[in-house]
Amino acid sequence: MANMTLTKTPMPEQDPKVRARNFKEVTLGYTPEMAIEEANRCLGCKNPKCVEGCPVNVRIPEFIKKVQEGDFKAAYEIIASTNALPALSGRVCPQETQCECKCVRGIKGEPVAIGRLERFVADWYLENVNEIPKKVEPNGVKVAVVGSGPAGLTCASDLAKMGYQVTIFEALHTAGGVLVYGIPEFRLPKAIVANEVTKLEAQGVEVMTNMVIGRVLTIDELFEMGYKAVFVGSGAGLPMFMNIPGEALKGVMSANEYLTRTNLMKAYTEEADTPVIQSKAVAVVGGGNVAMDAARCAMRLGAENVYIVYRRGEAEMPARLEEQHHAKEEGIQFKTLCNPVEILGDETGRVCGIKCIRMELGEPDASGRRRPIAIPGSEFVLDVDTVIMSLGTSPNPLIRSTTPGLDTNRKGCLIVDENEMTTREGVFAGGDAVTGAATVILAMGAGKKGAAAIHEFLQK
Amino acid sequence: MYKIVRKKELNSSVTLMDIEAPFVAKKAKAGQFIIFRVDEMGERVPLTIAGYDREAGTVTIIFQKVGFSTNALGALNEGDYIRDFVGPLGKPTPVEGKKKVCVVGGGVGCAIALPSARGFKEAGAEVTVIVGFRNKDIVILEEEFKEVADHFIMMTDDGSYGRHGLVTQPLQELLEQGEQFDEVLAIGPVPMMKFVCKTTEPFGVHTSVSLNPIMIDGTGMCGGCRVTVGGETKFACVDGPEFDGHKVDFAELMSRNGTYREREAEVNNTHTCRIESMGKALIQ
Ligand SMILES: Cc1cc2nc3c(=O)[nH]c(=O)nc-3n(C[C@H](O)[C@H](O)[C@H](O)COP(=O)(O)OP(=O)(O)OC[C@H]3O[C@@H](n4cnc5c(N)ncnc54)[C@H](O)[C@@H]3O)c2cc1C
Ligand SMILES: Cc1cc2nc3c(=O)[nH]c(=O)nc-3n(C[C@H](O)[C@H](O)[C@H](O)COP(=O)(O)OP(=O)(O)OC[C@H]3O[C@@H](n4cnc5c(N)ncnc54)[C@H](O)[C@@H]3O)c2cc1C
Ligand code: SF4
Ligand code: FES
Repeated sequence: MANMTLTKTPMPEQDPKVRARNFKEVTLGYTPEMAIEEANRCLGCKNPKCVEGCPVNVRIPEFIKKVQEGDFKAAYEIIASTNALPALSGRVCPQETQCECKCVRGIKGEPVAIGRLERFVADWYLENVNEIPKKVEPNGVKVAVVGSGPAGLTCASDLAKMGYQVTIFEALHTAGGVLVYGIPEFRLPKAIVANEVTKLEAQGVEVMTNMVIGRVLTIDELFEMGYKAVFVGSGAGLPMFMNIPGEALKGVMSANEYLTRTNLMKAYTEEADTPVIQSKAVAVVGGGNVAMDAARCAMRLGAENVYIVYRRGEAEMPARLEEQHHAKEEGIQFKTLCNPVEILGDETGRVCGIKCIRMELGEPDASGRRRPIAIPGSEFVLDVDTVIMSLGTSPNPLIRSTTPGLDTNRKGCLIVDENEMTTREGVFAGGDAVTGAATVILAMGAGKKGAAAIHEFLQK
Repeated sequence: MYKIVRKKELNSSVTLMDIEAPFVAKKAKAGQFIIFRVDEMGERVPLTIAGYDREAGTVTIIFQKVGFSTNALGALNEGDYIRDFVGPLGKPTPVEGKKKVCVVGGGVGCAIALPSARGFKEAGAEVTVIVGFRNKDIVILEEEFKEVADHFIMMTDDGSYGRHGLVTQPLQELLEQGEQFDEVLAIGPVPMMKFVCKTTEPFGVHTSVSLNPIMIDGTGMCGGCRVTVGGETKFACVDGPEFDGHKVDFAELMSRNGTYREREAEVNNTHTCRIESMGKALIQ
């Protein structure tokens, strides 16, 4: 019997007041009973629209059916056939614009909680099965993967399963890309990412950290070393600034810097050597997931007032709905339709305020969103001691500038053909390095596609 | 893990180490730097590559123990390992095509200047070296500089060794005498680099400086190392660390480098116990 409740089965989470001061995971996940109850809301459509909404076409009704039956292992296997990282996508996918927005239950009431179910199945599997993949008979062909974000990890895993001898070259000291340096522990526990890396190593993938490709080795040198193909999954990590007065003051930083200090360098723990600024009042400029993460970290690090300053309206905010909702519950103050014009400093060169101007929405722009227009004379000052710029990122130029023949578009994104091959023979690419800042699931999908394309290329 | 294969105290606060890092050694060029991390909880700290042995696969670093992380590294010994050592980062010094060069080093900055001086020499330039130290006790690398320099001038602030005075004095004299340098490279404390630039500016001599903003990743990802050069924002870790000194906003750099000063002072007072316990753990 289908469960006809109009709302999603609630997922337990930490109390907002408590969690706003700790780094433990916010949402606690379904119990098996809750999962079955929620799975029973699925009508098992013959022509499931949700599958089309998912960038990697997870066979959603099929896995949900297995959840209904309590066969979680089978459910996992169905998901894993197209999605290599369900414990991640279940937590961080913008479901409200992908799978769940297509769900017919969403026409009247809330859609089926596909993301939560996916997370439940993945977590259940991790705890109860977590089969470490076996090493397959090696075929002796070496492939290099640059970068260890979701694109690189997935590509390496699929290639290893086909017998390739894969080496991942990662610039930082820990593998995982944005999953470890950007997205905070309270939203994506690092143990989940570490488990993926352990599984890769068990499959025979060599993970070399501290290897900045373009400096320590070039792509051409990788070929000289015997790698027959290269997959570039180097992400889009270059932060942007606004170029307004005061950006060089002490206390102004990119979200990448703030999040890296906090997450990768563990500045939220007592034992870490890396300092992070101790703020009383913080303005985070931007409205994406990155901005929400920075704001929520600031709260957890002890700030009293944390503002999100965003030039468009709340409806235009690109952050996942759940993150906006959680941020508000935790006491983050949203200053929408506001744009910074200047950062103010005191006599010691530290930030003491941010001058903003109010905005109104005009005609839609090229992105289809209504263009924000400044209202003359509406300037006001927010008293803050820290400003975090979260205006988006673009691909790092290091690889393209050290690899002859590797073409990029105007935005610095690598150009690839329908087989994920760049303008250099044998060099493939995927994830944010190709699309610009996007999503975990798209990067994962690109890694999978890249592995298949590399296999086909090497068969010739 | 990266092994410390040699350790030598150059003076009471400056230490030289050779680290086994074959990939870095193979690629290193003068002017580039590495980032090290002592252990899992350590911070990422940049140090210039002071030398390398491509065959032995080792990289030389010379560092001044100024705070927590440099003291933690200095507490380790030959045979110990450090967690991370990544490089070479940054752009190399453009040493080619210069006829006459003056390299000016101040204090521990001399360690950073030495490989570039050597690079200029090997590329065929006539190299004048001016080095400055506070006093005789902390002089480092004198023999090494003499080996590569065509002209060598030693300065001390108190006159206890070499000439009495600041590095800008002999530089000013040489320029006034009509010395035609294609390039002056100044590396040392920020005020010193600023004054070298002031000295060369009226003579129109191109002057490079090696900047030392606070860094984390060293790959262009965080923007923490941003400096203003000619009115533009540059990331020192990828666009530098060397820049045209006549265009650098030194006041901004000095201010930004003090971002964590209070916390650093506090850490240095209270956290010495962690260095001690790390030392004990190593002995055991
Ligand atoms: C704070 C934050 C929050 C986010 N939240 C969400 C979310 O909720 N949902 C969602 O779907 N997406 C989110 N995203 C976006 C998502 O994380 C990215 O789209 C995704 O990680 C891209 O994966 P990738 O594999 O292409 O690159 P990345 O994850 O960026 O990994 C690239 C890796 O390559 C390495 N690298 C770069 N250059 C080199 C080099 N020269 N040599 C060697 N290695 C190199 C980098 O160090 C990095 O480890 C968020 C991003 C951030 C920053
Ligand atoms: C490209 C570059 C090359 C350098 N080369 C050398 C070298 O060859 N020899 C040498 O002795 N020193 C060098 N430095 C400076 C060295 O990195 C700092 O002395 C070191 O970081 C101090 O760390 P600490 O924990 O011991 O001291 P702390 O007490 O933490 O800091 C002392 C001062 O060092 C600076 N500093 C702190 N953390 C960092 C950081 N993560 N990155 C950069 N600066 C920081 C700050 O200005 C601070 O006020 C270089 C710096 C840069 C950016
Ligand atoms: S991968 Fe993302 S979009 Fe696809 S079903 Fe899972 S949560 Fe939905
Ligand atoms: S150190 Fe992070 S961008 Fe330069």
